[in-house]
Amino acid sequence: MADGSIAAAPSMPGVASYAPPGGLHRLMRRRSTIAFLMALPLIAIIVLLVVYPTLYAIYLSMLNKRMTKFVGLGNFVFLLGRPTFQAVIFQSVLFAVSAVVLKAGIGFALAHFMHNIPSRRQRILRGLLLIPWVVPLAMSTLGWWWLFDPSYSAFNWVLNAFGAPSVPWLGQTWWARFSVILVNVWYGAPFFMIMYLAALKSVPEQLYEAAAIDGASAIQKLFFITLPMMRNIISITVLFSLIVTFANFDIVRILTNGGPQDSTHLFSTYAFQVGIQSGDIPLGASVSLFMLPILAVFAFFILRGVNRRTKEQMG
Amino acid sequence: MSVTTATAPLAAPVRRPRSLRAERRWALYGSYVALGFFVIFFLIPPFHMFMTSLKTSAEISSESGNPWLVAHPTLSNYIELILAPNFQTFFWNSTKITVCVVVITMVISVLAAFSLARMKFWGSQTLATGVFLTYLVPESLLFIPMFQIIGALGLTNNAWAMVLLYPTLSVPFCTWIMIGYFASIPKELDEAALIDGASWFQMLTQIFIPVAMPGIIAATIFAFTVSWGTFLYPMAYLFSSNQMVLTVGIVSDLIRADVFQWGKIMAGSLMAAAPPVIIYAFLMDYYIAGLTAGATKG
Repeated sequence: MADGSIAAAPSMPGVASYAPPGGLHRLMRRRSTIAFLMALPLIAIIVLLVVYPTLYAIYLSMLNKRMTKFVGLGNFVFLLGRPTFQAVIFQSVLFAVSAVVLKAGIGFALAHFMHNIPSRRQRILRGLLLIPWVVPLAMSTLGWWWLFDPSYSAFNWVLNAFGAPSVPWLGQTWWARFSVILVNVWYGAPFFMIMYLAALKSVPEQLYEAAAIDGASAIQKLFFITLPMMRNIISITVLFSLIVTFANFDIVRILTNGGPQDSTHLFSTYAFQVGIQSGDIPLGASVSLFMLPILAVFAFFILRGVNRRTKEQMG
Repeated sequence: MSVTTATAPLAAPVRRPRSLRAERRWALYGSYVALGFFVIFFLIPPFHMFMTSLKTSAEISSESGNPWLVAHPTLSNYIELILAPNFQTFFWNSTKITVCVVVITMVISVLAAFSLARMKFWGSQTLATGVFLTYLVPESLLFIPMFQIIGALGLTNNAWAMVLLYPTLSVPFCTWIMIGYFASIPKELDEAALIDGASWFQMLTQIFIPVAMPGIIAATIFAFTVSWGTFLYPMAYLFSSNQMVLTVGIVSDLIRADVFQWGKIMAGSLMAAAPPVIIYAFLMDYYIAGLTAGATKG
């Protein structure tokens, strides 16, 4: 085995890269043809079911409601002038930013706590803490909905037991906003914990030992070792989560369906209401297209982070 | 240790009254307390769902007693649902769609990942980047034009349309993590296989798939979880109950009645959540490997 690989290693790359034109050239061509055919189903999915619908959405968004007339950017102008849609923009940004900040903070803290305890106990705790992420979101949101029920809320029962008044979890604008964010944080924090725990484990222990010898405090270790070492993974996770949270549909659709007074609508639920339920496909397409530039910016930075990470791991 | 105990009182007798060991112990206890708090917070909804699912409608609406506990546990909600033809249809629809989507996803993404990680062709680098970008495209961006496309194909209100749509959610990520796993296999292995006269297909089935099995399991779990739990597409395109899948069926069918049957809704949700949770309980390490692979494997 060892002899074979030593003998083979120098010769094979040579054949592949410095092949004289002729018989081997044909082999190369055949190889890339096979490779292309193997990737063809993937290309078909990307082109037909992602790229084409995106372009089609742009086309749709420039039609009038009955899809008979081209109106250019009319739908976008109309939406931006509408107070309901301005509230949707506000709520989407509020929802995504505050939920992601909380998820990242809780996940970061949990990862540290987890890192402190002996690894044989980490397994069971990690198993329990990841459950919110494993249960299908629509199903667990139904459980939250029942916890927030106006007359039977189990949370209110606890509050009343302590003499506090009942809270209108989904009935008042700001409480409803709080509730949808709470559910999103509950669902997403475990993901951050797992990602940050993996990152924490990859920070070399010697760095902390060296810092301890230099007399660094816990806070100094956090700011001068942990955060710089984890910077890349933190930014990738946060950006990724921003995309997913911006695009979230299940929570708001089930808990409030946009209410009260359309104050908790996100781009996706509003697009659903306008496009599917009210049947105004072009307007719905324009609503969801508002996400596109935001996503494109985040995607650009994620890609940069991932590429940088790949280079770090290789070099 | 002896060094620390000897120098600490000398160097900073006031600022560091506790020894390093005591400090570590407090950090440990504090960690347990904090983790315990979050375990409770994270498990409140499933726990409450389970308690409610064991109650009769009468006990739920009586408003006396502790809502967190059950006085007269009964399995009637589960039994009624399992025997209900609607619920059986939802379960069957979810199962058949998920099986098809997982098979399609794995075939497409393993072939594509092998070709992108090892064989290379003109534009394969760009395509790999494209795969990652596609993974970042959420379904809520595409569901409106898809509504038109599904309609044009005559697949509106047809469960099989989901088999066409779900791969857009599962294939990019599965391909991406399979590229990572395949790229980490040493090149010497394929060279040895090439010398022995193996074809590309033999190399894939006899070397790459067995060696990258953990990645394949992780990707399969991901594809399963995605197609089992997706809510937006079936919500938008399926509206008669014989075509619905579990997620949408429970939300719209059990709630359509004027009186919410909370016990049944919770029992149905828990049964719908059971397959992914069971898989997770047995294959947690693969699950977590798949989760972290997206960002940690390049």
